[in-house]
Amino acid sequence: MFRETEIVKDVSSIPPFPQDAVQGGGGAGDLIINVGPQHPATHGVLHLVITLNGETIKKVEPHLGYIHRSIEKMCESLTYRQFIYVTSRMDYLSAHINNHACALCVEKGMQIEVPDRAQVIRVIMDELTRIASHELWWGAMAMDIGAFTPFFHAFREREKINEIMEETCGARLTMNYYVPGGLRADMHPDFQKKVKEFIVLFKRKIDEYDELVTGNIIFINRMKGVGMLSKEDAVSFGCSGPAARGSGVHCDIRKLYPYAVYDKVEFDEILETGCDSLARYMVRIREMKQSVRIIEQLIDHIPEGDFQAKTKAVLKLPKGEFYTRVETARGELGVYIVSEGATTPYRIKFRSPGFSNLSALDSMARGSKLGDLVAMMGTLDLVIPDIDR
Amino acid sequence: MEKEELKTKIAELLPAATFEESGEWLNILVTPADWLSFAGQLRHDERLLFDYLFCLTCIDFKTNLTMVYHLSSTTFRHNIVIKSVLDRARPEIESVSHIWKTAEFHEREVYEMFGVDFLNHPDLRLLILPDGWEGKNPMRKDFEDPVNMIKL
Repeated sequence: MFRETEIVKDVSSIPPFPQDAVQGGGGAGDLIINVGPQHPATHGVLHLVITLNGETIKKVEPHLGYIHRSIEKMCESLTYRQFIYVTSRMDYLSAHINNHACALCVEKGMQIEVPDRAQVIRVIMDELTRIASHELWWGAMAMDIGAFTPFFHAFREREKINEIMEETCGARLTMNYYVPGGLRADMHPDFQKKVKEFIVLFKRKIDEYDELVTGNIIFINRMKGVGMLSKEDAVSFGCSGPAARGSGVHCDIRKLYPYAVYDKVEFDEILETGCDSLARYMVRIREMKQSVRIIEQLIDHIPEGDFQAKTKAVLKLPKGEFYTRVETARGELGVYIVSEGATTPYRIKFRSPGFSNLSALDSMARGSKLGDLVAMMGTLDLVIPDIDR
Repeated sequence: MEKEELKTKIAELLPAATFEESGEWLNILVTPADWLSFAGQLRHDERLLFDYLFCLTCIDFKTNLTMVYHLSSTTFRHNIVIKSVLDRARPEIESVSHIWKTAEFHEREVYEMFGVDFLNHPDLRLLILPDGWEGKNPMRKDFEDPVNMIKL
C-alpha cells in the first residue's frame, strides 16, 4: 500500500511486496490481493487486503480511513444545533435516523418534551428511510452477485421516497430535517397522500422482488451457507441490526429500548436463525414489510399541534454524560455526549453500526472462497462513511 | 438486575471499585491494574453475563485520559459503564479483545486517536490514519493541525 504522497513514477522501481507485510499471512504459496479502495463491490472507498491460498481466503484485513473526516472532533466545536447536520453525512442512507439519534440525545440532556405530531412524523420518516436504504442495499447486492436488473427495480421505488423527502425536507439525501425539540418545518400538505400512494405501489412491488431474486435458485446457491456468523460471535463482535438478527440475536433497539412512538405501534422484530448470508438477506426483505406496517398504522393518525417544542435560542446541556441509541437501517447507532455545561459538546462519540459489523468480516470470510466475499460484504450492508466517520 | 442489585453484586466482586450513579446507568470506576481480571468476571459471572460491549471509547480530560466501556447483557438486559483513568503521559491499559472480540477494532481506533497503549493486544497497528503517521494523536485536545484544520 502506497501513500498518496509517494506516487511511483517508474514501475521498475516498485519494490517486491514484502512477505511479512500482512500479519498472519504471507507464507509460502500465499497470494496477497487488494480489493479496493476503488472497487465496485465495496460500494465506497474500503480497502481490503486479502491473503489467499489458492482461492481460499486465509485472512481479510480492512484498511480504513480513506474518507475519514473526523466528524467527532469537528462536533467538539459545533453547537448543539449545528452538530446534527454533520451526522447526515455519516450514514448517508439513514440520514433521518442519524439525526434522530442526535436530536434524542440533546432532548434527553435538556429534558425537552417533543410534541406528539413531531414524534409521529419522525417515525414515519425513519421508516421511509429504512425502506429506501434497504431498497438500495437490495439492488446493489443483487448487482454484486451478478443480477443487474434488480438495481433498476430498486431505484425506481426508491425514487418515489426521495420525491416525498424532497417535498417535505428540501433535500433528497442529507435531509437535516430533525432539530432538538421537533422538526425544522411542518410536513408538506401532500405528504400523507404521497406516502399512501407509495405504500400501495410498494406492497405490490415487494412481492415482485421476491419473485425476481429471493426464489432464484442461482441466488440461493450463492447465499446459503456463505459467511457463517454464529450467535455467540455476532454478540462478541458487537454486531447489530439485520447482520446480528440473521444470527438470531434479539437486538432491535426499537423493541428493546423504544423511543419516539415505537412502543405504541405494532410490528415484529424479524429474527432468522440461518446465520448465513441468506438469513441476513431475508431479515432485510421482511423488515421492509414491517416498516410498511408501521407507516400504515401512523399515516392516518398524525396528531394536530406543534411540530416543534419551544426551546431556548442557545442550547446548553448540563454537565454530565448522555447516551442514546436508535435502530438505523444498519443497526444500533449510539450517540454519547460528554458535556461540561458549555454550548458545544466536550466530547462526542458515535458508535456506528458499520464499524462493529465490519470487525466480524474477517472471521466470517476465513476458509471460504474469494468469490463469496462479495456476498458477505453485501449482506453486511457496509456504508463506508458510517465506518470511517 | 436493577442498579442497586448490580451495585451490591459488583462491590462483592471488586471491593476497590467506586461508584457514581448520577447518570442513566451505573458508572463504575476501576484502576487499570484491576481491569483485566474484573472484565473477565463481568463477562463470565453467571448473574452478570455482560457479553455485549456496545461502545468503547476514550475521553481526553486534559489532565488524564479516561477509558469508557459501555457494557450490556443480552441475557439479562442490564447495562453498566466502566471507566478507568489513565496517566496522560503514559496511558496503558490491558486489552480486552480476547473477551469481547469487537474491542480489537475499537482499541485500534483509540490507540491511534488518543495514543493509549493496549497491552497484549493481538494486532495494535494504525487502522484509520495513513501508514507512516507518527506521534500526534488527532483526537487529543491539544492536537492542532494548521494544514488540515479539523477545528472550525
